Amino acid sequence: MGRRVVITGMGAITPLGNDVENTWKNLLQGKSGVDRITRFDPEGFSTTIGAEVKDFDPSRYIDRREAKRLDLFVQYGLDAAYQAWEMAGLDKNNPDPTTVGVLVGSGIGGLATLEEQHRNYLEKGSRRISPFFVPMMIGNMAAGNISIHLGLKGPVTSVVSACATGTDAIGGAFRSIAWGDADVMVTGGTEASITPMGLGGFCSARALSTRNNDPQKASRPFDAERDGFVIAEGAGIVILESLERAMERGAPILAEIKGYGSVGDAYHQVQPDPQGDGGARAMARAIKDAGWDPAEVDYINAHGTSTEYNDRLETGAIKRVCGDQAYKMVINSSKSMMGHLLGAAGAVELIATVKALQEGQVHPTINLTNPDPDCDLDYVPEGARKVEIQKALTNSLGFGGHNATLALEKWTE
Amino acid sequence: MTIQERLAGIISEKLGVEPAEVIPEARFIEDLGADSLDIVELIMDLEDEFDLEIPDEEAEKLTTVGEAIKYIESQ
Repeated sequence: MGRRVVITGMGAITPLGNDVENTWKNLLQGKSGVDRITRFDPEGFSTTIGAEVKDFDPSRYIDRREAKRLDLFVQYGLDAAYQAWEMAGLDKNNPDPTTVGVLVGSGIGGLATLEEQHRNYLEKGSRRISPFFVPMMIGNMAAGNISIHLGLKGPVTSVVSACATGTDAIGGAFRSIAWGDADVMVTGGTEASITPMGLGGFCSARALSTRNNDPQKASRPFDAERDGFVIAEGAGIVILESLERAMERGAPILAEIKGYGSVGDAYHQVQPDPQGDGGARAMARAIKDAGWDPAEVDYINAHGTSTEYNDRLETGAIKRVCGDQAYKMVINSSKSMMGHLLGAAGAVELIATVKALQEGQVHPTINLTNPDPDCDLDYVPEGARKVEIQKALTNSLGFGGHNATLALEKWTE
Repeated sequence: MTIQERLAGIISEKLGVEPAEVIPEARFIEDLGADSLDIVELIMDLEDEFDLEIPDEEAEKLTTVGEAIKYIESQ
């Protein structure tokens, strides 16, 4: 057993708002952030809809000149990191920089930069590939730039596990503090891959909903008529801190991270294990790590992608791990409204989980009008619900057979 | 437009400085805040703007706005 770890700050850029408060308000109201893609003309793609970030202004924290050399995924990550840093009061606290680390990942990295520079190469030749191409594109650069901006000199790394990236990043940061490598960690995930290649690749993999004529109904986790996920973008960044340090400085404690489980399927590049075995083992490990009994879990923020496989298998996994408690707890999918933020999904969903613990209410799963008979748990389809929650899980699964779960507990003084 | 005016437009856009700061005496790194990657990209922009090919060994010698103007004039 290592040191206890708490969350003291959160920041978000999502299709539902460019901060935590607006994102949470819109989640509670059941608003969808999905619409026709505007970033480029999606005509001719089998899917033309996505959940884009709206009205993002990088100049809040990044000057105009610097923004031009940062891919959008880094800009989202930096903005969310500053939000979290300020919420934690660390901008006024001046921690010893060698005790503060960064663990921020991206599922895909700077895809827009790659596409632009590849176009330069094809049209103008190799001498026109920008010297900023590599440092703009590589997936660790959100972590690197957050470290540079905030002056953080502890462990600074990145993790890539597709759609489990955000959850694995926060899990790794949790361990860094528990084991004493750092006292404070800035951690989470960021993604900006609504580009022609990003959209086209997921279209070809038949992963996306094609409900193009009714975008806000396209993401419908656990519903019988679900037909794929909705691509989204944004960032979620949280500040983790050792309980001791947070108490010493009187930091706002939002929730405690109690456990982390991360396992592989060893099955298929893009399909989950047919029994949902990996997802079940990740949850079981997180529960064990937290020192809980599975019957104590009150709430699960599900991976809930709105794909045929995921929602059925995740439901089965929850039942296998939690037994009868699966029918008594509440479960929801943030993706029903925000779409799938890929490498940022786990981080923004952890933020939704923390808000639920703090406020004693969970957001709905929207568009669940005709439940799949195999999906027979309480997914809160009717609207936000007040419910006292002490112990919660948040799940993320990713291409490559990654399964990650974090266990969070309500913080009471 | 003179060469200096054209240069001032490109450099101020690239480096986020005022066009009035782009005087012949201005040094790219010390005065205009460029780093090594900025300079590589700046050279590309100059090649496009003035339809030149600036070999690396020549590019390395261009450390001030004035040297760049002189080089462009000589081509």
